[in-house]
Amino acid sequence: MKPEFTIPVVINPPQTPAVRAGAMAHSRPFVAKAEHQQALGFPGELVDDWHDKALAKMKQLLDSSRALQVFMDSCVKCGACADKCHYFLGTADPNNMPVARQDLLRAVYRRYFTFAGRWLPWLVGAVDLTEDVLREWYAYYHQCSECRRCSVYCPFGIDTAEVTMAGREILASVGIGQKYSNEIIGKVHDIGNNLGLKPPALAHTLEELAEEVSEDAGAPVAFPLDENGAEILLVTPSADFFAEPHVDGLIGYAKVFHRAGISWTLSSHASEAANFGLFVGSHAHMKKVAERVREAALELGVKRIVVGECGHAWRVAYSYWNTLIGPFDFLDPNYPAPQHICEVTHDLIHRGALSFDKSIHDDKVITFHDSCNVARASNMGGVPGGQFILPRDIIRACCNHFVDMRDDAIGEATYCCGGGGGLLTDDLVELRVKGALPRMQALREVIDEHGVTHMAAICAICKSQFGKVMPYYEFDMDMVVSLHQLVGDALILDRGAH
Amino acid sequence: MTNFFAALFYLAAVVFIGGVAWRARLYARTPAPLKIPTTPAPFTRGGVALRMLREVVLFESLFKASRWTWLFGWLFHFGLLLVLLRHLRYVTDPVWGWVAWLQPAGVYGGFAMLIGLAGLWARRLLVDRVRYISSPSDHLHLALLAAIAGSGLAVKYFWHTDIVAIKNFARGWLAFAPAPLPADPALLAHLAAAALLFLIFPISKLMHAPGLFFSPTRNQVDDSRARRHAPAVN
Ligand code: SF4
Ligand code: SF4
Repeated sequence: MKPEFTIPVVINPPQTPAVRAGAMAHSRPFVAKAEHQQALGFPGELVDDWHDKALAKMKQLLDSSRALQVFMDSCVKCGACADKCHYFLGTADPNNMPVARQDLLRAVYRRYFTFAGRWLPWLVGAVDLTEDVLREWYAYYHQCSECRRCSVYCPFGIDTAEVTMAGREILASVGIGQKYSNEIIGKVHDIGNNLGLKPPALAHTLEELAEEVSEDAGAPVAFPLDENGAEILLVTPSADFFAEPHVDGLIGYAKVFHRAGISWTLSSHASEAANFGLFVGSHAHMKKVAERVREAALELGVKRIVVGECGHAWRVAYSYWNTLIGPFDFLDPNYPAPQHICEVTHDLIHRGALSFDKSIHDDKVITFHDSCNVARASNMGGVPGGQFILPRDIIRACCNHFVDMRDDAIGEATYCCGGGGGLLTDDLVELRVKGALPRMQALREVIDEHGVTHMAAICAICKSQFGKVMPYYEFDMDMVVSLHQLVGDALILDRGAH
Repeated sequence: MTNFFAALFYLAAVVFIGGVAWRARLYARTPAPLKIPTTPAPFTRGGVALRMLREVVLFESLFKASRWTWLFGWLFHFGLLLVLLRHLRYVTDPVWGWVAWLQPAGVYGGFAMLIGLAGLWARRLLVDRVRYISSPSDHLHLALLAAIAGSGLAVKYFWHTDIVAIKNFARGWLAFAPAPLPADPALLAHLAAAALLFLIFPISKLMHAPGLFFSPTRNQVDDSRARRHAPAVN
């Protein structure tokens, strides 16, 4: 592979780079075409009165988000967050320090909305809103994966993800949207999933999958679609329907349901768990995308909603669904709504409903990548830190060899894969490769020290991102596995056997 | 002179209290439309109160982030707290027992402030990341605080002033009848700098203090599945 950029060197223990101003100023994703902007209700190109429109939008966001308002005022420039962002660590561009990223917006906020910035702009680093500023916003608000690592360390909990979302929303509202995210949101509105996969094609895919898996497993593992009256509606990222290693995860869920005798179904109307409305900061689009899930659940008359392996989808489902598309009073109150597939599997293991042949994984040493949105914006199992405990419990239940990466790269301190937050697109490959550095370093360490062979993940974006960037670091892309692939492979399907 | 300083402090008090109240009201009224607590987010209000307490007293998140910044930041803030408590002797009569007891420690507080400020300033100048994000006002904040702490210690150690007169001034000020203020330069510099700090508080990054309590990532309960978060939206 011959990239046009330097691949960062993996060094352990990792070192914080010296700042190199402008190192990533050239990195910007493709701008959305007019039709994709307009489909989402945004102007097709930069509007004439962009200056006033942008400020009006900023005002509206400040007025409707306490987080944004408080974060704009509260930063003391202590620098505690400065070395916490994987994009800074991988690129050395100082605008990728979370505080500097916020400052891009804050400088304009101060200029137009604060006393000091109005009268003494030079004193507080306030700047006029110019087209150059918009360009800088576009570059650096698309170098943030909204992973919230910075927010864990900030003494005031300032969450740069919220600032990034605001920055992107302002940009889109004056006509500069991002192609990748906006196209995908449009596809979900039109068809129901990120891939633009139509219901007949989905049905066909699932039928083939059922045939294949049933033959391999020697048991009738079904992949039901639009089955009225099923107990569970499974909403999963559409990558699970095709791509490796995602589809092995889907096979894992199906085997778990089969073994536990739980009836379940997918929906052709809500055939996507991902919700890119989150990434572009638009509550309206996030709600519209999520609405499909409520509609499908009501239509099919299910009792529970379960979300498959997808990080930001779980954040939206766990934290926002109840607000956006709740209340879920039509579901079985004995289960949390929604549930994560890991919660389902974990509970079944706990109750002794699943048994495993762990030896099948004896050729592997597994480590686990905590996905940022699961780690820092959700919970599982209703116990503190459950989002870290449950996946590891599940891996240990079906594999004999598991080791964790070092403490500052897992749990609440986990590093984003480098492709989250709407950045999983080929036009940002340099950023994605560089942003993966901290994870690659932590992985290198456990490979060298513990002979790790596989890294499990519970996020479609993480899995795709790793598949893409790991070869740059000379890792085999097959090292990445779905957590439920490990489950599915080791699960004993024959009820009589144990 | 006395009247000027008395007036300055009345103005500073109005700006400080009014300004902070105005910002706090704005924060409180601005809706938080979605649940965004950051891990490790407590499941109960009590848990959130505890988390806040740890943030306010121990600077827990900062401790995780950077030991040096934590050390200097903590030294400064708790030095400041001691010094503020020590200053209660100028407005209480008779001086409350624990305030009297705290007097010697209060002096150490002044030194802790200076050490903390020096450390924070050194980081701002020497660490390239922190230098990059610093604007003139960040340096001036440090300069102002150092001037307050330094002039205070100078009054204590070098240019003694008439403590009884200051106390009369302070108690008189509270009763809207300030007594004459000693015209010692170090003291006046100390008072002027302190007044300036209160004046800029609501329009500067000093708002981080009230801001923390309104930060949704820290003050929200992680119970989004169990309780529907459905605030009125602007
Ligand atoms: S949210 Fe993540 S990607 Fe964005 S600035 Fe913070 S650490 Fe970096
Ligand atoms: S840690 Fe928080 S207060 Fe400190 S510089 Fe970063 S955003 Fe600002």
